[in-house]
Amino acid sequence: MTRSSFMSRKELIGFLILAAVIFLLLPAMLDSFRLNLFGKYLTYAFVAVGLALCWGAGGILSLGQGVFFGLGGYCMAMFLKLEASTPENTAIQSTPGIPDFMDWNQLTELPVWWQPFYSLPLALLAVVAVPVLFAFIIGFAMFTRRVGGVYFAIITQAFAAILTILIIGQQGYTGGVNGITDLRTLLGWDIRTDEAKTTLYFVNGVLLFAVLLIAQYVRKSKLGRLLIAMRDQEDRVRFSGYNVANFKIFIFCLGAAFAGIGGAMFTLQVGFMSPTLVGIVPSIEMVIFCAVGGRLSILGAVYGALLVNWAKTSFSEAFPELWLLGLGGLFIAVVMFFPNGLAGLWSEKIEPRLMKRFQRPGTDTLKPVAERAPAE
Amino acid sequence: MSDETPKKRSTGLSRREVLAGGTALSAALFLPKNLKAADFPTAEINTTGLAVTDDTVTIGILHSVTGTMAISETGSVQAEKLAIDQINAQGGILGRKIEYIQEDGASDWPTFAEKARKLLVNDKVASVMGCWTSASRKAVLPVFEQHNGFLYYPTFYEGLEESPNVIYTGQEATQQIIAGLDWVNQTKGAKSFYLLGSDYIWPRTSNKIARKHIENFMEGCKVVGEEYYPLGHTQFNSVINKIRLRKPDVIYAIVVGGSNVAFYKQLIAAGIDPAAEKPIVLTISVTEDEIRGIGGENIEGAYACMKYFQSLENENNLKFVEEFKKMWGDDIVIGDVTQAAYLGPWLWKAAVEKAGSFDVDKVREASPGIEMTTAPEGYVKVHENHHLWSKTRVGRAQADGQYEVVFETAELVEPDPFPEGYQ
Repeated sequence: MTRSSFMSRKELIGFLILAAVIFLLLPAMLDSFRLNLFGKYLTYAFVAVGLALCWGAGGILSLGQGVFFGLGGYCMAMFLKLEASTPENTAIQSTPGIPDFMDWNQLTELPVWWQPFYSLPLALLAVVAVPVLFAFIIGFAMFTRRVGGVYFAIITQAFAAILTILIIGQQGYTGGVNGITDLRTLLGWDIRTDEAKTTLYFVNGVLLFAVLLIAQYVRKSKLGRLLIAMRDQEDRVRFSGYNVANFKIFIFCLGAAFAGIGGAMFTLQVGFMSPTLVGIVPSIEMVIFCAVGGRLSILGAVYGALLVNWAKTSFSEAFPELWLLGLGGLFIAVVMFFPNGLAGLWSEKIEPRLMKRFQRPGTDTLKPVAERAPAE
Repeated sequence: MSDETPKKRSTGLSRREVLAGGTALSAALFLPKNLKAADFPTAEINTTGLAVTDDTVTIGILHSVTGTMAISETGSVQAEKLAIDQINAQGGILGRKIEYIQEDGASDWPTFAEKARKLLVNDKVASVMGCWTSASRKAVLPVFEQHNGFLYYPTFYEGLEESPNVIYTGQEATQQIIAGLDWVNQTKGAKSFYLLGSDYIWPRTSNKIARKHIENFMEGCKVVGEEYYPLGHTQFNSVINKIRLRKPDVIYAIVVGGSNVAFYKQLIAAGIDPAAEKPIVLTISVTEDEIRGIGGENIEGAYACMKYFQSLENENNLKFVEEFKKMWGDDIVIGDVTQAAYLGPWLWKAAVEKAGSFDVDKVREASPGIEMTTAPEGYVKVHENHHLWSKTRVGRAQADGQYEVVFETAELVEPDPFPEGYQ
């Protein structure tokens, strides 16, 4: 059966549960404000799914995913900003018709490289293409030189720092520390209303599932098995005649594309983009989402992003001055007690018990549980 | 018989006392400062569903208490809480006690936007005291405009903004800059200026205004250099060398945050002692809070231009400093922004009472023209453009970390967020 090779029954159930949570449970339980918050958390899930592929499957730990998230987000923000900066809206400026921050920085005309962002198709293309191009350059430079492991992680972190400094430094072109703010409409559709935010939440959910299905496809394909082989014994794969670097570049670019889509959805739902989402701290946070969820599981990554961000919001609302300690405690607890994250907790502890309880004697679907949890 | 009379007299007396006391009490209740909640039915003073009950009104406090900005914003939180306590001690607003919900912006602009939305949509707060950096204000601004919230923003900032949903209790750039430049020109005879700052919107816009003023409105004066450094930069040797080469009369410094420490220490190490006034160091970014980090001995003799210094000697301020220290500890210092944050709840109270309503639209309408005679900085008044009329002062930094006030404008300076001729 083709389905069973793409997705086992257990995985299918996992997908359906997640779909029920995202499309039924959360919208039914939450008011528009909270739903919008969960929409924001789900944009981080795009990055976490990409990381589950790169890091969990491929063994490539990137501490710079914020770069791709930010690039995707900035591409979207540039389009929305241009739409919001009509000459009528900006009549108070020295040069009407250009974004407000350019005017504050004494720019008198729109830079050439902003021009393509007047077009929505080009902007949407850029949301994916710019992060992928960037990832390709980094990946090509690193992987063909066989830079890997910790060194790669450090270099990606450096890229996150470089891009932040670049954005902050070039504030006439990028909005600097403030970022690109006050985004209003998408092709005339006001994205700030509650209805729009709810619609965007569902668009976000659909896109997330598309990304999850792609990720599932990759994991089940020959490429996915090669990635795991590379993670565990890179040299053997190389000696078997495979070009290891190309596979790594591909998976890194795929992760970047996911992150870029997440960034664009973030901009749409939150209404602005700023360099605080590009730097080292958010990049590491994104790795934490993935680690808490379980880096080996793409669905776990989604739950990780939801749980950590939900905890962050509720801790900080309840204890505005102490919440960081609570969050830190959560991370330590997860890493100490569930090294494979939430997904590990599920597949090692909860699922076997459920199986035992509900398994009728004589049925033959009991599968080895450790299937997707190889030791590092 | 004989002992009955005094008895009667005594009861008569006590009855009169009770009556007199009662009259005094009821008179007190009708004093404007002790407005009774019952006179203002909740349904009438709150028609838009804000968090107002028969005896409380809820507002939001939105600052960073974690992250890199916490060190600057804590003072604002403390000042706002002090003001709220004092207002409650006087009987609250329209007979209602102020309660607050505090949220942490975590020095992260998206978090500010999230928490602002939470305060307005979820908690329905009647107003918000909050934000510090321009970036956080820019992040929450669309949220406030969309949900018609009302924000009191305490920081001196670059101007170029005039939102119907914000009252700016700090000075905008022209208020802070022009008086200081004129002062240094007239009393110190300064003719040439070296502008430098941290690289973001506030220093850049401020220096733009300073340059235009120097070149267009100050006869015979010129700018001999202008430079920016990234936030957090700590190597100022090259600019200090350039300063020594070009010998300006004034170093006009708008360096913020941790960079200040490196900048002033390196100035002294390079032999430029602010106390020698060759050149004069004039800043608009160092309050008493920053001096704690820099060290009084490293900045002694530099001049700062802003609207408030802790050392101001007027009755309001002496009382304010005393109560601030009583609430938050003796070792605390109070800077310009902290004082501006303290004005927020008071200005809001005045506007609500003038409007006779908590509705944001009515409070907004009532706000222009609100006066505050009890402000620690002296007298302030809300302008049509939602900024404050305020005096500008120049202080000379002392080794003990305080400023000695050496100049104060005779009149209140009009706020002008979109200055003509400076764009």
